[in-house]
Amino acid sequence: MEKRSLVSINDLSREKILQLLQMAEKFEENPNRDILAGKVIGSLFFEPSTRTRLSFETAAMRLGARVIGFSDAATSSASKGETLKDTIMMVSNYADLIVMRHRLEGAARYASEISPVPVINAGDGANQHPSQTMLDLYSILKTQGTLENLHIHLVGDLKYGRTVHSLLHAMRHFKPTFHFIAPQELQMPEEYRLFCRENNIPFTETTEFNEEVIASADIIYMTRVQRERFSDLMEYEKVKNCYRLTNAMLAESKENLRILHPLPRVTEIAYDVDDNPKAYYFRQAQNGLYVREALICDVLGINI
Amino acid sequence: MKDNKTAMQVTALCNGTVIDHIPADKLFAVVSLLNIPEMKSNVTIGYNLNSKKLGKKGLIKVADKFFTDDEVNRISLVAPNVVLNIIHDYKVVEKREVRMPDNLCNIVKCSNPNCITNNEPMPTLFHLVNRSEGTLKCHYCEKEKNVKDIELL
Ligand SMILES: [Zn+2]
Repeated sequence: MEKRSLVSINDLSREKILQLLQMAEKFEENPNRDILAGKVIGSLFFEPSTRTRLSFETAAMRLGARVIGFSDAATSSASKGETLKDTIMMVSNYADLIVMRHRLEGAARYASEISPVPVINAGDGANQHPSQTMLDLYSILKTQGTLENLHIHLVGDLKYGRTVHSLLHAMRHFKPTFHFIAPQELQMPEEYRLFCRENNIPFTETTEFNEEVIASADIIYMTRVQRERFSDLMEYEKVKNCYRLTNAMLAESKENLRILHPLPRVTEIAYDVDDNPKAYYFRQAQNGLYVREALICDVLGINI
Repeated sequence: MKDNKTAMQVTALCNGTVIDHIPADKLFAVVSLLNIPEMKSNVTIGYNLNSKKLGKKGLIKVADKFFTDDEVNRISLVAPNVVLNIIHDYKVVEKREVRMPDNLCNIVKCSNPNCITNNEPMPTLFHLVNRSEGTLKCHYCEKEKNVKDIELL
């Protein structure tokens, strides 16, 4: 069997993305399938991430697989100075598939090259987190009925926000229009604006976040504005409240609008938005389960 | 006339390769990129030679050695305008220019401290993503940088 790993969303073609989303849809209809009975999945979280780990491990278990691994590097042999290579080689003796998260960028790519079993990247530092991007795409598809020709408003930290960068890359296949809404300090990096121009993706940019700016949105993708990104804390306090979505701001928004957020949120979405039917972030997180079931099956060469 | 001048500065070569037009300050980087310290053949290295084009240039003559494309293309990283003269029987039989390779294996250091290549005993790998701009992309952390800003391993 050909070894298939999932390291970066940029490695996936349009057809592959659509095929995986279709498979996720089947898992949403029935998440409990005993397809992986007898299989063992290595869940290696060199960096803790409870949310992502629970989602992957639940996906594995609902497929009938058993899970081995660790939830942070302190409890693994990596804390004794073992190289990543040696840990991967050891675990691949036991597991049929490795799901890994690591604070170092490129760790998953390297692991996929040395490991005899497939590797799924569950986040490598600030670089890639393809299962998050896939669940974002799934959520967009589910709520809009299509991925094509949508107006997507990205709000908050567009400079360091890994999820928005990956989403932008993945959406290049689907003729989107982007709207970048961010404070001066956290604007979309030039590299991604260049990417849009090269791929004929129209985009607008503004520092204003208000009713008018979001009136054309099909999707609002909110991100956390983190305090540690600011050299000037006064500036942070000011910005924090400007990039906050409230229910009142949604009065004139489109009927099909849905609000996404990679979670956890802090203050950027007011609690009064939660009961608005346009709030989709909790469902979005739940979609992660179906998408991860599809990704696990796919790298193991199983199609349903 | 020009050929004579160069000939006066270093001794003639019967068979082998003359690497010419190396900017003087890049000479030792080129020496190391070509693994010259490991070589057994007769090597002459000219440093701070006079050059109309470069002011001061470096020159390397390696007897009985003909480099592969892979070997010479590595030079392009530090000295893109270098010319190789292939010598047979005291005559230049071929002039070759260098071309930046599409993939650079274990030549360039990644400048991202959070890149796995800086934290694990492993070779680096870069891909040339834009030849005209000289943009390189780290195969592992996916960060891009310009060839002007690279640090060699
Ligand atoms: Zn790197």
